[in-house]
Amino acid sequence: MTDQTSPPTPSVVRVVLVDDHRMFRSGVRAELDDSIDVVGEAEDVESAVRVIEEQRPDVVLLDVHLPGGGGRQVLSTLVPRLPEVRFLALSVSDAPEDVISVIRGGARGYVTKSITGPELAAAVRRVAEGDVVFSPRLAGFVLDAFAATTEIATVDEDLDRLTQREREVLRLIARGYTYKEVGKALFISVKTVETHVSAVLRKLQLSNRYELSRWASDRRLV
Amino acid sequence: MRVSHDRHLAGVARGLSEHLGVDVLMVRLLFVVLAFANGAGFLMYAAFWIFAPLQVSGDDVADPGRVWRERDLGMLLALGSLALGGALLLSALGVGLHPGLAVPLVVIGVGVVILWRQADDAQRERWRAATGTRRVPDAVRAGLGIALVLIGGGAILIGPTDLNGTSGGLVAALVVTAGLALVTGPWWARMVRELNAERSARIREQERAEVAAHVHDSVLHTLTLIQRHVDNPREVARLARAQERELRGWLYRPRRDPEATVTSEVERVAAEVEDAHGVAIDVVVVGDAPLDDSLSALLHATRECLVNAAKYARDSPISVYAEVEPEQVTVFVRDRGPGFDPAAVPEDRLGLRQSVLGRMKRHGGVATVRSADGEGTEVQLEMPRSPS
Repeated sequence: MTDQTSPPTPSVVRVVLVDDHRMFRSGVRAELDDSIDVVGEAEDVESAVRVIEEQRPDVVLLDVHLPGGGGRQVLSTLVPRLPEVRFLALSVSDAPEDVISVIRGGARGYVTKSITGPELAAAVRRVAEGDVVFSPRLAGFVLDAFAATTEIATVDEDLDRLTQREREVLRLIARGYTYKEVGKALFISVKTVETHVSAVLRKLQLSNRYELSRWASDRRLV
Repeated sequence: MRVSHDRHLAGVARGLSEHLGVDVLMVRLLFVVLAFANGAGFLMYAAFWIFAPLQVSGDDVADPGRVWRERDLGMLLALGSLALGGALLLSALGVGLHPGLAVPLVVIGVGVVILWRQADDAQRERWRAATGTRRVPDAVRAGLGIALVLIGGGAILIGPTDLNGTSGGLVAALVVTAGLALVTGPWWARMVRELNAERSARIREQERAEVAAHVHDSVLHTLTLIQRHVDNPREVARLARAQERELRGWLYRPRRDPEATVTSEVERVAAEVEDAHGVAIDVVVVGDAPLDDSLSALLHATRECLVNAAKYARDSPISVYAEVEPEQVTVFVRDRGPGFDPAAVPEDRLGLRQSVLGRMKRHGGVATVRSADGEGTEVQLEMPRSPS
C-alpha cells in the first residue's frame, strides 16, 4: 500500500499518462498534485511508444487494456529500450491474469483505477523513487500464486518461493497496512519493507515457476 | 493454403512449400514424380487446388502465421491419400492407367476442377472483385464441366481399350457415379458452408442479445436510479459501487460452482455490508476451501466485524483479508476509523463481545482485537479447520 508520509522527491516527477479513455486521463490529470507533471498523454500502443520515447518520463501510468496490443505490448517494446523509465500499471480490471501479466512484463506496481488522487500521487512518487507499489489485492494474488507449495525458501535467491519474511510482509500489505505500518508491526524499517517487496517483485518477474502460469490460467475467465 | 504469388499454375506447390518449409522445387518434383505413378500427382494436385483456399498476398491476409488450419490439413491429407489409394487400387485391379486412359482421366479431372471451383468462398469473391478479374459465368462453367465429364467418360467407354466386359462395366459405373457426385458436389459444399455461416451468425447474435440483456437489466437500470438520487451522494456512491461489483463479477470472475466456499462467502458478506451501510470494503482472499460449520461461524463473525467497522468508521476504508491455510482459516477486518480501547468495551458493543468473541470461542476459534484511539481497529479471527 502507499505510504503518504514518505519524503517527497525534491524534483517534480514527470509522468506520461497512457489510457484509451480521454475522460479518465483528464480526471487523473486533475487529481494529481503539483509534485507531478503530466508531460504527455497517449491513447493506444503506437502513440504510447512514440510519446514515451520522445518525453523519457520518470514514470508511465499505463492502462492494462489498450487498443493495439494492450499495456503488455508497450512494456515489451519499451522496457528493454528505456530501462530508466518506470511503469505503474493502472486498470479497472482486477482479473489476476491481467495483474500478473503486466507485472511480469516489467511494471513496477499495479493500482486499480478506484484509487484516490492522493494515493495515486503517492504511488507515482514511490515508483519514481525506484520502489515497488503493491496494492492489497496484488499482494493477495502473489500470496495465492506462490502458495501452491507450502515449502518456504531458505535461500533468498530461490526464485520460485517466498521467504518467511516476504510472506509476512505480503500478508500485512494484503491486510491493508501501509509500508510504514508493516515496518512497525514487524519491527523493521520502511526501507527493509521496500527491499522485501522489491525482492518479491523480482521473483514474480523472473520465476518460470510452473504453478505461476498455471495459476493464472486456472483463473482465466471462460 | 494456396498462394497467389510466384505461382505457375494454381499456387499449390508454392503454398505447400511455404507451409511445410520445404523448397518449392522439391514439392514440384514430387508432384511430377507422382504424376507418373499412375497419375496420382495430378489427382493430388487437383485435390489441393480444389480444397485449399487461396491466400491472397496483400492486405486481406488475415493471419500469415497460421496460413493453414489443422483441420484443413487433415482433410487434405485424407483426400490426398484417398486419391492415391484409389489410383493404386485401380492399378492393382488391372485397370490401371493405361496410356489410353490417362489422358481422358486428366481431361475429366480438369472438368471436375472447373466445377468444384464454383464453390468458391466469399473471400475469394471479394478478392476477384478487388482485382477486377472477370468471372466466367457460372452457366458456361457448369456446361463446360459437364461436357468435359461426358467427353472423358465417353472416351473411356468407347475408346480404344482392351478391357474385358466386366471391368469395362465397372469403370463405366464408377465414372457415371463419380460424374454425378462431382457435378452436384459444388452445390452440396456450398450448402454446407452456408449452413455453417448461418449457424455462427446465429451464435453471435445470441451472444450479443445476452450482453444487451445484461447491460439493460443491470447497468442501464442503475444509471436510471443514479439520476433519481442526484441529491444523495451516499446513495449514488452505494449504487455505483454495487453496480461496479456486479459488472466486475460478470466480466472477470470465472463461473463459480454453486457450492459456497470461503472466497465466495467472504465476498458475498462484504457485498451485503457494503449495500446495507453504504461503505466501501476491499476484499482480498488467498486460497479457498468448502464451508463447514465452524467456517460458517467464522463468516458470521466476519460479518459482525464488518458491520461494526461500517458503523463506527463510516468514511474510512475498510479492508477484509482472508487466508485459507491447511490447518486454519484466518480473517482480518481492518478499519481506519477512530478506534477504541478494547479493554473497556462499552455496553453498546455487545455485538463485538457476543457475536464475535463468543461465537469464535464456541467453535474453537480465537478472536483478537487490536485497536487504539486514532489508529483504527483490526480484528483477527482464527478458526482451525476440522479434519476432512
